[in-house]
Amino acid sequence: MIQTILFWLFSVLGIAGGLGLVLAKNPVHSALSLIVNFFSIAGLYLTLNAEFLAVIQILVYAGAIMVLFLFVITLLNLSSEPGTTTFDMKKGLAFLVSMGFALEMCYILFGPFGDKSVSGDFTYGKVEPVGKMLMTEFVFPFEMISVILIAALMGAIIVAKSYNYET
Amino acid sequence: MEPTAFSYLVVSILMFAIGTMGVLTRRNGIVVFMCVELMLNAVNLSLVTFSKMHDSPDGAMMVFFVMCVAAAEAVVGLAIVIALFRNKQNIEINNFNIFKW
Repeated sequence: MIQTILFWLFSVLGIAGGLGLVLAKNPVHSALSLIVNFFSIAGLYLTLNAEFLAVIQILVYAGAIMVLFLFVITLLNLSSEPGTTTFDMKKGLAFLVSMGFALEMCYILFGPFGDKSVSGDFTYGKVEPVGKMLMTEFVFPFEMISVILIAALMGAIIVAKSYNYET
Repeated sequence: MEPTAFSYLVVSILMFAIGTMGVLTRRNGIVVFMCVELMLNAVNLSLVTFSKMHDSPDGAMMVFFVMCVAAAEAVVGLAIVIALFRNKQNIEINNFNIFKW
């Protein structure tokens, strides 16, 4: 019972955050809606007993990536998009394509997964089994992650650096 | 009515469709980038659902690595956005059309 209430609460909040991201004119409002969405996805992870991933989601996505987005939005001092509430052909076609894809995926996935339950224990939601897996079975991707992060760091500095040509 | 696996997958599909709609519709480059992050999170949710359904580590581990790669991608993408802003003073994606014939 409490599972159903929490699932509905976090799902509605998450989808409302997604709609706020797409429909808001001010980019800061979009970023804040996305933060609401990330917190509700973390709540959905908690209802699935994936506690480690819920906390990592809040730390990494809402705590680092969205802060970076807000820094860039504030740094570039972006203004709001001019509001055009006309429903032109491009928006209608985009809506049809994405909703058609969503309906088709729901129809395909209803057969195999319509009655599979997600209750029960999830041993890999806690920290210790995840740590053991990272060090034994997934050690190669774990080490490659550090290489990827160093490459991203160097790439970001090189791309965003401003060059003075008079020296 | 207990939430089944299909309920979580419907939430994931709806978030993915909303993200797709945002990528196709919005004109601000940073908002397009944020819609891509929304799509990544929708797929993360479906991966965790499948991992819980079979009680296997594969889905949850993949979510961990997808989060790290998405963080690296956000850093590089925003550096590119800053470099583009230096040239044109705005991030409207219709302005960056030098590859158009």
